[in-house]
Formats: sequence, structure tokens, C-alpha cells
Amino acid sequence: MSELETLEKDLIKAIKNTNDLGALEEIRVGAIGKKGSISALMSGLGKMEPEQRKTFGQAVNKVKQAVTENLETRKAELERAALNKRLETEREDVTLPMRENPVNQGRIHPISQVWEEITEIFADLGFKMAEGPHIETDENNFTKLNIPAEHPARQEHDTFYFAEKQDGSRRVLRTHTSPVQIRTMESEKPPLRIIAPGRVFRSDSDQTHTPMFHQIEGLVIDQETHMGHLKWVLEEFCKTFFEVDEVIMRFRASHFPFTEPSAEVDIGYSKVGEEVRFGGDENWMEILGCGMVHPNVLRNVGLDPEIYQGFAFGIGIDRLATLKYGMPDLRSFFASDLRWLKHYGFNVLNVPTIQGGL
Amino acid sequence: MKFTLSWLKDHLETEAPLEDILAKLTLIGLEVEEVSDPADTLGNFIIAKIISAEKHPDADKLQLCKVDTGSETFQVVCGAPNAKKDLLGVFAPVGTYVPGLDFTLTKAKIRGVESMGMMCSESELQLSDEHEGIIELGANAEADIGNRYIDYAKLNDPVIEIAITPNRPDCLGVRGIARDLAAAGLGTLKEEDFGYNEKGEFKSPVAINLDFSKDKAHYCPAFYGRYIKDVKNGRSPQWLQARLRAIGLRPINTLVDITNYISYDRCRPLHVYDADKLSGNISAREGKQSEQLLALDGKTYEQLDGTCVIADEKNVLGIGGIMGGEETGSTNETTNVLIEAAYFDPINITMTGRKLNINSDARYRFERGIDPQSIELGVNLATKMVLEICGGTPSELIKAGTPPRPEKTVEFDLQLVTKLTGVTLSNKEVTKTLEDLGFKVSGKGQQVKVAVPSWRPDIDGPADLVEEAIRIVGLDKVTPTALPRTFGIARPVLTEKQKQVRTARRALAARGAVETINWSFIKEEDAKLFGGGSKELQLINPISADMSDMRPSLLPGLLSAAARNIARSSEDPVLFEVGQTYETDQEKGQHMIASAIRCGTASHSGRGRHWSGNAKPVTFHAAKADAIALLETLGLDESKLQITTDAPAWYHPGRSGVIRLGPKNILGVFGELHPETLVAMDIKVPVVGFEINLDALPVPKKKSRSKGALEITDLQPVSRDFAFIVDSNVNAGDVIRAARGADKNLITNINLFDVFTGGNLGEDKKSLAIEATLQPNQKTLTDEEIEAVAAKIIAAVSKATGGEIRS
Repeated sequence: MSELETLEKDLIKAIKNTNDLGALEEIRVGAIGKKGSISALMSGLGKMEPEQRKTFGQAVNKVKQAVTENLETRKAELERAALNKRLETEREDVTLPMRENPVNQGRIHPISQVWEEITEIFADLGFKMAEGPHIETDENNFTKLNIPAEHPARQEHDTFYFAEKQDGSRRVLRTHTSPVQIRTMESEKPPLRIIAPGRVFRSDSDQTHTPMFHQIEGLVIDQETHMGHLKWVLEEFCKTFFEVDEVIMRFRASHFPFTEPSAEVDIGYSKVGEEVRFGGDENWMEILGCGMVHPNVLRNVGLDPEIYQGFAFGIGIDRLATLKYGMPDLRSFFASDLRWLKHYGFNVLNVPTIQGGL
Repeated sequence: MKFTLSWLKDHLETEAPLEDILAKLTLIGLEVEEVSDPADTLGNFIIAKIISAEKHPDADKLQLCKVDTGSETFQVVCGAPNAKKDLLGVFAPVGTYVPGLDFTLTKAKIRGVESMGMMCSESELQLSDEHEGIIELGANAEADIGNRYIDYAKLNDPVIEIAITPNRPDCLGVRGIARDLAAAGLGTLKEEDFGYNEKGEFKSPVAINLDFSKDKAHYCPAFYGRYIKDVKNGRSPQWLQARLRAIGLRPINTLVDITNYISYDRCRPLHVYDADKLSGNISAREGKQSEQLLALDGKTYEQLDGTCVIADEKNVLGIGGIMGGEETGSTNETTNVLIEAAYFDPINITMTGRKLNINSDARYRFERGIDPQSIELGVNLATKMVLEICGGTPSELIKAGTPPRPEKTVEFDLQLVTKLTGVTLSNKEVTKTLEDLGFKVSGKGQQVKVAVPSWRPDIDGPADLVEEAIRIVGLDKVTPTALPRTFGIARPVLTEKQKQVRTARRALAARGAVETINWSFIKEEDAKLFGGGSKELQLINPISADMSDMRPSLLPGLLSAAARNIARSSEDPVLFEVGQTYETDQEKGQHMIASAIRCGTASHSGRGRHWSGNAKPVTFHAAKADAIALLETLGLDESKLQITTDAPAWYHPGRSGVIRLGPKNILGVFGELHPETLVAMDIKVPVVGFEINLDALPVPKKKSRSKGALEITDLQPVSRDFAFIVDSNVNAGDVIRAARGADKNLITNINLFDVFTGGNLGEDKKSLAIEATLQPNQKTLTDEEIEAVAAKIIAAVSKATGGEIRS
């Protein structure tokens, strides 16, 4: 073995045996540093004959290259080992619980959610959303809706009243969303398709009645819309809202002063345990009142009933929510109990859409 | 409205089973609310005879009876004083549920003696309140021993209760219901009984007058009567009592029972006076303020002005169409009677009923509108029944006034039914349906005249006739028809305002708040605490004192909700509501507000104790962050908002701010709630909150959807730090605004990164350090240019706040 080969072998052995980056650096300096053993051999080349210089030069270079590669490899190994050792000391308890995420703590009230579900459906049918004040005139809440002062129907409304004014007029808390019909027809010209969701008030309180609740009013006015359209709209609405393929609805003749003919609508359901499932006609549940807008109402807002016709309906939003989501008691909607709200409320990112499901 | 199946069949010839009748009633608008079949509860009670009765060996008031049911004999211990040998009564064997006692009979030992059932009183069967003694049946029951009592007593008659909408007074009589059912194809309406149809045998000794001023004449336009002498009053016959009891009326005596019966049979209220208690002639007239009446309900009604009373020459006898008086009513001793039938104005009846606060079956009918043509019929029906049951001799009919004849005729296009309902019905079909209901159709083709029967005050126009046709033909015939789409693909329908409200809800929920919906009305005390409580916003008939005032702010609702939640849980609530407040009773006084509160330690980064460090009590900063985040989500530029320190009194005066967009437009308020507010709302942890008036936000203008070109530059932004020493009462916001305004082209951001007090600054000074970011857009800034901007910033801050650069 030549001297050169021995040098290479010894250096590589030393490199492989070292476990310390400092020692490795010393080996590097001792071999290829300015005054290193290999560098010394390189600097001796100048005194050699050209032929010998070439052969020996190549041989030394090869050794230098091998040593350098070994140095780098070993250095990388030692560095990784050192890093691993450090990381091992940095081990922590990854099972510690995190702070709650606000997005998942927040909730949307079921009434708001259902309100959006309903408007989403009716938006697809071209119904705009209309609104009106809660404190209404007697005129808009009753008289223009064809409920004169002495009419027995007024007594059925359990109205909340404000004090009579000096001019004898008095305001009421609206007992239904129907005054929005009046406001809309007075301010816009047909054809009209609106829904009017909102708070309404009646002086009544028990498990199935709260003195404040939510209603949604629907109104279509044009020159040809008839009860068949009304029936179709309500059926389509119920199917989409309750996410069922078929619903069985029963239209019963009824009476509301502001519609003629009038109907109440029942929806067929069966009960599985406590859960209500729509479809079939085992049981009937009344869900809404509707009818063709009364000619007197049209006249009261300046529309000619000989030309214009259309339908109106009113549904309880709170009731729809209980039917869909199974809350047992209407009063809980307004009790603001966090346990209830967390359970029945909705995640903020759960925005109802027709494409994503309601 | 209640009636029994057999009663209905007095007027309706039908073979239809009960279920079909019920289903049809509901479909045609006479909604069945309840059906009860007495056989369900009373089917086990049988007729039995006491064959022996001996004293109980161990009890003075009890007897040991042997009861024979025809097939068996039972020993029964009986406490009724009237139990005696040979009594025919009603027996309940062991195992029978007794409704009046609400238990099921078991074999029992009473004072050591076995009892195998019970002899029952009327109250135990819930037939009446009679509980003094057991039922005693007449001798004719002998043949029925062992048979069901309900069959013997004709109680096996299903009772149907229907809801009557206010437009259908005609169906407050069984005959009206029968008419509807017949028209709907469930049978044939039987011939009408018009009652007594003779002239009468003498002239009534009592005369009737109408005594109104001209403007009140409509109170009672017609008043008929008949005097019947030598009647024999007393308990009414079994069948009549059974019918009245079945519908929940208490039998009184034959004369009263007859009037009640006709009221329910024909919707024809009547009254019967004991003629011997009358002083002279009687009249219908307006009541006087000074008059009063002891009515049949035992109450005295006063101040009868504005009402229509019936009076004799001395006293008020009754309130017309509502209730008769106690003193002139019929009793078992009554022998001479005067039957009254009249027509009373529905509006005046309503007003009188409300004024005096009386409800009665008569008021209920008159205010909905009685058939004005039924006055004479009513008298004749009553006469016939009185003569049949009580005997006596009838006088001639006495009359005052004439019944109103509405004689309404509607010009009707028969095809309007199809136009409004979408159901194709021939002219003939519509005509037949209307005629079956008692309308008279005249004319040919599709344009006809329809005469409205006198018992239908609700029918005014063509739409009413459409309703009549379609409800009888059946709403199930209406075929769902697709509503034509106004556009191929649905267009947006929400207004910008409506979108803001929705976004506000989700923006707040995304910050961890839970949405609540609280009552629009709160208690007066709370309303006053939050700037409300004005008279015009107080309900005159609140459902409770806690719900009397329209809320001026969402905070009282949120705070009381928080108090309730804190009381039952350790979690610090974060609640919000997006809803209306009421500043005045006008439309413009109603505002759409978004409001949220954070309680205890519930900051945005977490609440309560945690291994990483416990959350600290909330500060107004958290509420401000919520408010600003909401406004930014709704499209407002934070840099355009101004904060002033004039928040309302329910906030901590030093830790609250008003958010303004320009000097006049107040968007909202945030801050820590005033300690006194929290005491009043019964909350013991710190609470911060905000109120944003969504109505005050600028509505985004509908403009092009294009976002405009993005202008970016490769030139490096430069930042410079400044520390200003200002008086301690200077607001940081003023420093920031002044600095930002120093060069609007170059300065893109001002970041306030340090607030320092103490050291050698002096007591009334503080240091505010800001970092200004300058963004060159044409070329790199030279040192001179940067210095020039720096000088402008220093000058602007100094001018606005008096601040000096800290050296």
C-alpha cells in the first residue's frame, strides 16, 4: 500500500470514528486545511517533473475528494444526531386541551335559521322580502284587512293595545304580519310576490302560545293567480322545507276576514317515537291559513278586484321550527337558556342554501 | 257549537256513518274539534233493582243492599239516604270506571262488609251536580233491568263539537249545519217545522212597544211575542234534558229549556217572562245611565245607557239579546208566560257585551247576526213546544216593528269560481250548489243574479259566492298548478338592508356569541333604566307587569338573560340579539339594532381558567373589538369612524365610547356596563357590551360589481417611529387621525404600538408611540422627502393635540 493510500485509509477511518463535530473539524483542518496533510502533498507538486506531477496530482486529488465527501457525510450525520438529541429534550404534552374556537362557540337562533331557510325557498320562486313595523295603526292591522271595529274577529286576535291618542286613534302591536300586505300593495304596483316574516304579538300565553311569536306572510297579486297556484306553492314549500319527497296536505274551508275563499291547511304526518315524520295521512296537523285576497282588501289599497287577484298565506315560523327540529315547548324560544340555545342553535357556517340543503 | 248525532238527524235524512259526517264537516269549514261517545265512558252502567236494604251492622249511615241485575244478585254497601227496597237505579259492577269519582271500582270491604259494586248518583256519571242521592228511575225501567243505562236514558248519542268561524251564525243552529251537509251531498234536508201555525185564542193582555229615539231605532227594529196562559212548568222531559246536558247546558225548567233548545236548534234566541211578574206593558228601549239589572247570572249590571233594554212600566227586565233578569224569569210556579223573540243590532250587541262584560249564548249569536226573518218562526216554535209539554192557551201573535229585510242580491259571474280557484265547474254545478245552500239563482248563462238567504249576513259579493261553491264542492278538487317562474334562474331578492341584518347575525356568532331572541316588551323599571318608559310605548293591557313597556334597547333583555344563565351555570355568557327597539310609536321610531354582551372573563380569545393562563375580566376593549369587527364586516372603513366619549348613562362613564360616522351620524355605543346598571340587573360579574344601530349604517350603493384595478408598486414601504408626549387626557384616536391626515398620499397606515405613563414624564402626561408606514408610488423616497413627511406628521399631531415629539 502506498503512502497515499495509507493516508486516505487512516483519514477516512478517523472521520468515521469521530462522534464529535469539533473533532471532525480538527480532522478537516489536519487534512485539507491550509497546513493539512493533503494540502502539503498538493503544495509539493510544484517541485515534481511534469509527468510525475500529473499522475501524483490526480492521485492526491482523488484522495482529497474522497476525504471531503466523507467529511461532509459524517458532518451531516453528526448534525442530525445532535438535532435529534435536542428535539428529544423538547418533547411536550400534546394532549393539553386548546382554547375554544369562537366560530364553534357561537350559535344562530333556530328562528333566524328557519327564517333564512324559508326566504331561501321563496326567493327561488321570485318572492321578495317585505317588512313592516311592529307598532301598527289599527287601520293597517284591522280595518284595511276587512276587519271592522265591531267585528267579532277582532276579539279573536287578543290584541295588545297602546293608550288612545288625543285624536281618538290608537296603536296596536301587530297581531299578524298581514299589515305588511297592505303596506306593500299601497307602495308597489302588481305583479307582486312577497313574503313578510317578522314578530307578531298576541295576549295569550301557555305551552303552545307565547305573547310574541313569528309569522311569515306570503302574498301574490297579479291578474291570473288562483288557488291551484296557492296549493302548488304551499306543497312545494313544505316538501323543500321538510326535505321530503311527498307531503299530503289537506285544505279545509275556513274563514279569515282578509281572504275569500279561505282555507286552513293541515299536513299529514306519522309519529315515530317522539319524532314527527311528514307524509301519509295518519294524523293531521294544522300548519297555516290562506286564501284568495278579499276584494275589499284590494279595494282598500286602491286595486280593482275586477282586474287583480291573488293569494295570501300566513305561517307560524316558530311552529315550523318545532316541527322540523323537534323542540317540545314554544316558550323556550324566548327563554335565552344557553343550554337550549347550544343544543338547538346552529353553527354560524351552516348557512341554508337550496343547493346545500336547508 | 255542540250538538248530538240524533239531533242532527232531526234535520238531516242521512245514512252516512259518523266518520263520514265528521270528515265532511271539517272539509266544508265546520271544523270538528271533539267527538265524544257516552258509550265510551258510561257503557258499563246497567239498570238494577234494590231487592233488599238493611242497616249496616257497624255504621249508622250505611245500608246493605241486595241488587238484582236480572241475571245476578250483588251485595252493595250504599250510603245514599234514598236507597231503599224496590228502588230502580243505576248499578256499576266491580271493574267499572266511574268518571265522577275518577277511579275504577274494586271489590272492597266497607266497615267489614264486602261490597261488590255501587249504586250511582247523577254526579258520579257526570250527568249533573246531583250527588245527594242515587238515581231513581221510573217504574217503566223495570223492563230494562240488566240493560245499559245509556240506552234507556237515550244517552247513547255521540256529541259533536265544531268550531264555528265568526262568519257563520247560521251554523250556530243545528239546522244550519244540516243544510250545509245536505248541500255537500251527505243526505237530504228534512222539511222545516214552522211550529204553531194558528191565529191564537185571545188577545194578549200585555202589549209590546218599541220606544227609541230615531237614531237608536236600529237597536231593535222588531219585537214579537205571544202570551200563553195556564201553563204547567216543571222539569222538562227526559229527551230534552238529555240533549241539553249532552251539549253542556244545565236543564232549568221546561220553559227555559225550550228557549235554550230553540237557540241551539235554529240559532234563534228567545226569552220567556213570567207574565204575572210584569208591571203593565213592555217595551224595548235604550237603557238609562241610572238603571240597573239583576241578571240571570246573579250579577247586577249598571249604567245601562247605550244598551238596548227590555222594560216593563216599572223595571228593566233584561238586556235585549244578551241576558234576561232574575226577577221576571220563569220558575216552577209560573203559570202565565210571555214569549219574546226580537232582532237586535249586532254592533250594538257587541258594544253592550264589551261594555258590561257579559257573555251569553244569546250575545254570541246576535253579535254574529241572527236571521232577521226568524222572529215569528221563533215565537211559533216556542209556542208549539210549550203547548205540547206545558199545555196552556196561546194568545194571538203580538208584533212591534218590522224585521229588517236585507234582500241582498249579488251580480255573479258563475265562471268566477273557475277564475279564482282553478277548478273547472259548469254553470249548472255552481248554480246547484248555491241553490242547495238556500241561494236563489236567476238569469241565464254565466252572468246571473244571486239572492242571498236572510240567514247569511256574511255574503256580500261575488268572492263570497265563490267560497260557498268551492267549500261545498271541496277544496280537495283544487289541482296544484305551478306558479310560473318570473325569471329562468332566480334573481336576488334581498335588499341591501336585509343582507346587512343577516350578515350582522353571522358576524357576531362567528365571534363566539350565542344568538338570543328576547321579548319586545320589558318591565317599566328596566325600560326607564335604558332611556325608555315613555307613556306612548306602554301597553294598556300587558300580559304581565314584567312585559309592559316596549324595549328602548336590547341590553335589558340580554342582561336579564345573562343573569338567568349565570345563576344556573359557571359559564360566562356571550350573548347577542339582532332585533328591534322602539324609540317612538311611529314606523321611523323602530330601529334594527345589533347588540352583544360579554360577561365575566369571556373575551374573544377564551374565557375562564386555562393551563395557558386564566382569562382576565372582560374590558371595554373586547366590546369595542366586537363592534368594530361587526362594522368592518358590514363594509365600513374603520379609519373613517370616530370615537367620542359621550355614551349614555347605563355605561361606565370612563370606559365607554360612541361610534360616529361624521359628527351627526351615531352608529352605536360600546363600553363597560355601569356598576349601578349591573346591580339593577342583578349581575355580579363585569359585563361589557355594545349596541349598533343597523338603520344608521350607510346602505351600500348599487354599483358595478367590478372591484377596480389593483394598484400595487414594487417600491419598498418605509416606516418611521415617533413618540409623542401629550397631556394624559388626549385621546390616542386624535393622535392617529392627525398623523394619518398629515400626508394622505404617502401615509398608508399608522400603528400605535406603545402607551407609556410615569417615569419622568410627569403626572399629567403620557407618551404615545406610533409607527407610520409610507408607501412611495412613483419612485423611492429620498431622505429629504421622508424627513419632510416626518415633519408634517409632527406638526399635524402637535396642532391637533398639543403633543410634542419625545426626544
